[in-house]
Amino acid sequence: MKYTEEHEWVRMDGDVAVVGISAYAAEQLGDVVYVELPAIGAKVVKGKDMAVVESAKAASDVYAPISGEIVAVNDALGSAPETVNAGAEAGGWFVKIKPSNAGEMDALMDAGAYKTFVEGL
Amino acid sequence: MAQAEASEPLKPLLLDALWRARAKKFGGFAGYDMPLEFEGLIPEHNWTRTNAGLFDVSHMGPCFLSLNEGMGQPGAHERVSAIIETLVPADIAALELGQVRYSQILNAEGGVLDDLMIARAVAPERAGMLYIVVNAGCKEQDFALIAKAAGSVAKLERADDQVLLALQGPKAHEVMARLAPETAEMTFMTTRRMNISGARCLVARSGYTGEDGFEILVHPDEAKAFAELLLAQPEVKPIGLGARDSLRLEAGLCLYGHELDETISPIEAGLAWSIQKSRREAANFPGAQRILRELKEKPARKRVGIKPLERAPAREGVEIHANGAKIGVVCSGGFSPTLNAPISMGYVTPEFSKVGTRVDLIVRGQARPAEIVSLPFVPHRYARKP
Repeated sequence: MKYTEEHEWVRMDGDVAVVGISAYAAEQLGDVVYVELPAIGAKVVKGKDMAVVESAKAASDVYAPISGEIVAVNDALGSAPETVNAGAEAGGWFVKIKPSNAGEMDALMDAGAYKTFVEGL
Repeated sequence: MAQAEASEPLKPLLLDALWRARAKKFGGFAGYDMPLEFEGLIPEHNWTRTNAGLFDVSHMGPCFLSLNEGMGQPGAHERVSAIIETLVPADIAALELGQVRYSQILNAEGGVLDDLMIARAVAPERAGMLYIVVNAGCKEQDFALIAKAAGSVAKLERADDQVLLALQGPKAHEVMARLAPETAEMTFMTTRRMNISGARCLVARSGYTGEDGFEILVHPDEAKAFAELLLAQPEVKPIGLGARDSLRLEAGLCLYGHELDETISPIEAGLAWSIQKSRREAANFPGAQRILRELKEKPARKRVGIKPLERAPAREGVEIHANGAKIGVVCSGGFSPTLNAPISMGYVTPEFSKVGTRVDLIVRGQARPAEIVSLPFVPHRYARKP
């Protein structure tokens, strides 16, 4: 599992990257009440808006941690957005991306580096 | 993910340590460092709707306006009322002993400078005194306006160095009756001074959640012990500012800076009920010309409840469209834990204000269907006079 400074996580599953927001981010947001996901087939660019997550109190942008094409979205979040709080780094995944540049993964933080990063916030 | 953070120096609440030991999240509001969340916005919200929630609202602006001479004498209440009535359109002279009224401080154009609560004192020796509570973000302006209106006739005494607690929810009255039996005799929108377990309190049966409840001004020396006493009651949990906002939104109540500002009139805001007939007839309040005209004809816009028909919340600033054209804007919006659905309030042109009218909300560039609904979203449960 790799992480961004914007609190997204990425995990490679074969040649597809599964993406979500970190448990730390979900805890900071509080109760998630709505998730807006991109369309399948959409092209996303590393660091640009990819999805929106809304807690009871505010809306936050979620950025693409890597560039590529959306090949799947987590439809379950539509009717059960609270899944993001229950399992941010498991069942609460947002999208699957087919990476266009595998090298982008290397620049992301590993779990240890992300933990240190979060502790410094 | 993007997260906004404020970093200007904030004033701590007097009971900061008490809340800090329990709260999960603090944040700035109107210059104060406030507890935003304890257990979580939604559980706190639901607790207040089913039990009793304790809010520290000491950031607000309680004050007393008292005559310099003639306190306790016949006509004293009418004289102090005449001062505040130069600023607000409510009939304050007609208040009964201890009665509270909601009103607005208006500018000369009939726009709202702030909304506030005004109460008449109970004790005979305090005839000529009003208890007033204004909003946190407007209090310096309001105190200056009231003091100016008072001139040499009356004096304004700030009470925002005291602690203001709100106990809200269907079980608030049971808690209060246990600690202060005489509160059981109080009806909605009345006040009384009392001593509760050694704490000097000014108790109002009022609140801003849509629930029955109490707002209690406590002397700072006894405030910590009193708050701890309330927290020790099994029905009571501390509630943060986050749930305070979702509760008032469900209750369809105006929040200054959102539903109200200096360009919006009380008629546009749907607050005509707060302007009594006697004041309309006298037409002697700021902006009376516009307000009386809007009462007779239609205002340019009206505050409405809006129910998005999909799951996406429509928050402040979202444009409201009908037939492809802009007809209004959302002033508050979010998620209703009680309805488990998004809700919003907004201003629309009158022809689109009828309940059942279909509109579009432009959320992140995409039109989303919504319907105009009646307010409040969740029925009020105030302890009104039988």
